[in-house]
Amino acid sequence: MSVAARRGGRFVRRLAHRLTGQPETSAAIWETIQLARHQDRPYPLDYIARLWPEFEELHGDRLFGDDPAIVAGIGRGVGGPVAVIGHQKGRDTAERTYRNFGMPGPEGYRKAMRVMALADKLDLPVITLIDTPGAFPGSGAEERGQGGAIARSMQAMLRLRVPEIAVVIGEGSSGGALALCVADRVIMLENSTYSVISPEGGAAILWRDAAKAREAAMAFQPTAANCYRWGIADAVVPEPPGGAHRDHDEAARLLGGYLTRALRDLRAQSPGERRRQRRDRYRRIGAYRELPAGDPAAIAAGRLDATTNGTPSPTAPGSG
Amino acid sequence: MTKRQITVSVDRLRRKRPSEDGPPRRLPADERSCPRCQSHYRAEEMRRNMRVCATCGHHFAVSARERVDQLAEGGPWVELWPELRASDPLQFVDLQPYPDRVEKAETGGSAEAIVCGELEVRGHRCVAAVMDFSFLGGSMGAVVGEKLVRACDRCVDKGLPLVIVTASGGARMQEGVLALMQMAKTVVAFEAMQDAELPTVVVLAHPTTGGVWASFASLGDVTYAEPGALIAFSGPRVIEQTTRETLPDDFGRAETQLAKGQIDSVVDRRDLTGRIAKVLAILDRPTGVDPPPAVTWATMRAERAAEVAKNLPDLSRRLVARAKSRLPGDEEDGA
Repeated sequence: MSVAARRGGRFVRRLAHRLTGQPETSAAIWETIQLARHQDRPYPLDYIARLWPEFEELHGDRLFGDDPAIVAGIGRGVGGPVAVIGHQKGRDTAERTYRNFGMPGPEGYRKAMRVMALADKLDLPVITLIDTPGAFPGSGAEERGQGGAIARSMQAMLRLRVPEIAVVIGEGSSGGALALCVADRVIMLENSTYSVISPEGGAAILWRDAAKAREAAMAFQPTAANCYRWGIADAVVPEPPGGAHRDHDEAARLLGGYLTRALRDLRAQSPGERRRQRRDRYRRIGAYRELPAGDPAAIAAGRLDATTNGTPSPTAPGSG
Repeated sequence: MTKRQITVSVDRLRRKRPSEDGPPRRLPADERSCPRCQSHYRAEEMRRNMRVCATCGHHFAVSARERVDQLAEGGPWVELWPELRASDPLQFVDLQPYPDRVEKAETGGSAEAIVCGELEVRGHRCVAAVMDFSFLGGSMGAVVGEKLVRACDRCVDKGLPLVIVTASGGARMQEGVLALMQMAKTVVAFEAMQDAELPTVVVLAHPTTGGVWASFASLGDVTYAEPGALIAFSGPRVIEQTTRETLPDDFGRAETQLAKGQIDSVVDRRDLTGRIAKVLAILDRPTGVDPPPAVTWATMRAERAAEVAKNLPDLSRRLVARAKSRLPGDEEDGA
C-alpha cells in the first residue's frame, strides 16, 4: 500500500479498494479517462497558486522562444523553495489555442531543462506536474528537434542532484509526458492516466479507426491503479469525492501532504544515492521472458518457444 | 547448341507505374525490385549490393542479422542474449492477441526487434545493437530496452564502444505504458556509457520514429543516417491529420535532418562500415588493462617542482657567492 493510501485521510478506504480490488471494468476505465481530461480539472497553475503562493514563472528556452504549453518557475511553499514545471492546458478556446492544448514543442522541453539546471545549481527540489495528450506533432517542432529535446529532457532529469517528484495530475500520454516524468518518485492522482499513447491515437494505429478509442482504452488500461500495480507509479494520491475538478483546494491539499512527506524522505538521501536509485528504478522496468538455455542454434533461429521447449521462465514486471 | 529458356514475369510490367507526385515510400514493391527506378535484382545481387539499388541508390530494408554481417564484413560475430523474448504483461488484444503477433513475427527470422552482437568492425572490437523493422515494425518493447541495457553494461565491463543501427516505428503499443518506460530505460543505459566515457555511434536507418528517436537514437556521440531514411518523432501522417499541414516530400528525411542540424552526416550504406571504422579508429584506446601511467600536466609539474627543489640550494649558494664576490668591488660588472 502506498504512503498516500495509508495516510491520505478520509478517502483512503475507497482508494485502497481501487488499488487492490478487482481489475477495473471497461466503463470504469473510460470514466477515469474522461475525468482525467475534465475541463474543470485543476491544471498546474491551479496547484501552484495553492501550494506555492510565492511563485515566479520563468519564460523562454534562451534558444528560440517560449512555449506556453509548459509553465516553469521557482516558488516557495510546500517543501520550501522548489522549482515547478508542468504541462498547462487551457480552459477556454482562446487559452487552449494559446497553450496549444498542453502539447509542448522542443522549446517547452528546453525551457524545462533550463529551469532544471537552475534548480540543480540552487539546490531546489524539482516538482513536475504532468498533464498532456503528447508532444506536439508539427513540422516546425520536428525541424527544431522534438525527439532530441524529449530524450535530453529525460537525460537531464536522470542527472540532477536535487530530489525530483513527478506527479501525473491528468492525462500522461507518450514521450511528451515521459520527458518530464523521470524522477525519484512518480505519483499519480487517483483519476489520472498514464499511457504509451492516447486511446484515440492507439485506436487509429492498432484498430485503424480512431472511433475504437474505448476498446483501446480497455486494452491499454492506463489508470493509476494499474500503473501502481505495474510499478510505474510509486503511489496514488486520493482525490476529493467525484474527482479533483469538484474541489481544487482539497485536491491541492491532498497532493501537498504527499509532496511534503516525499520530499522529507528524499532529502534524507545523498545526491549520489538518489541518482543511483533513480536510475535503478527505470532500469528494472519491463517484463520479458528468458528462454532456458538450450540449443543455441534453435534460439538463434527463433524456433524455440514455450510450446515446444519447456516452460519459459517468466520475468515479473519490475517492481520499481 | 542448346537454347536457354528465360522465364520473364510480366507481373512487373502490369504493375502501375509510380505517379510523379506520389511519395516513393507508399509504392508497393517487393524486396527485390526498386520502388524508385523499377530495377530488379536477383537475391544474390541484392545481398552483394548490401540491399542498395545499384542504379539509383535506393536503400532497401536490411534484416538485423544481415546488417551485423555487413558491419563485420563476413567476419565472425557472437549474438548476445538471443534467449530474451517478449512477454504479454497487459494481456493485450487489439485486432489479434499480442502473443499471436509475436509468434507470427518470430517465424519471420528475427526473434525480436533488436539483435545484439559482439564483433570487430575492421579490427575494432565493439558491441553492436541492430534493430529489425520487419519484427513488429521494429517496435521497442521490454526486450529491446533490456538488450540495450545489457549491451551498454557489456561495453562498460569490457571497455568497448557501442554501435547502434535503429529502424523502428517507436514504442511497442501492445506492451502499454511498460513500453513507454523503455525510453527512460535506454536513456539510463546510455548514462552508463557516459560515466564510463565510452563512445556511442548511432546509425539511423529508415524509419526511425517515435519513442526510439525521442530516446537513445538521438543521444549518440556520432549520429549518421542512411539516405532517404525517415527520422521524426511524429510521422508525416500524424502531423498531417493533427495540424492539417501539407508536408513536403522530403519531410523528416535524412537529408532534411542534416540540413536542420539534427544529425552529423548522411552515409551511404556501402560506405557505412568504413565510416564507423574510421570513428572507432579515431576514438580507439587500449581495452581490458589499465592504461599505462601517462605523462600528464600534473606529473610534469611535479617533476619540475622536484627539480627546482633539488637545485634550489645550489642555485642559492651560487647566487650568494656571486653577490658576495661583487661586494668588494664592481670589477665583475663589465665581465
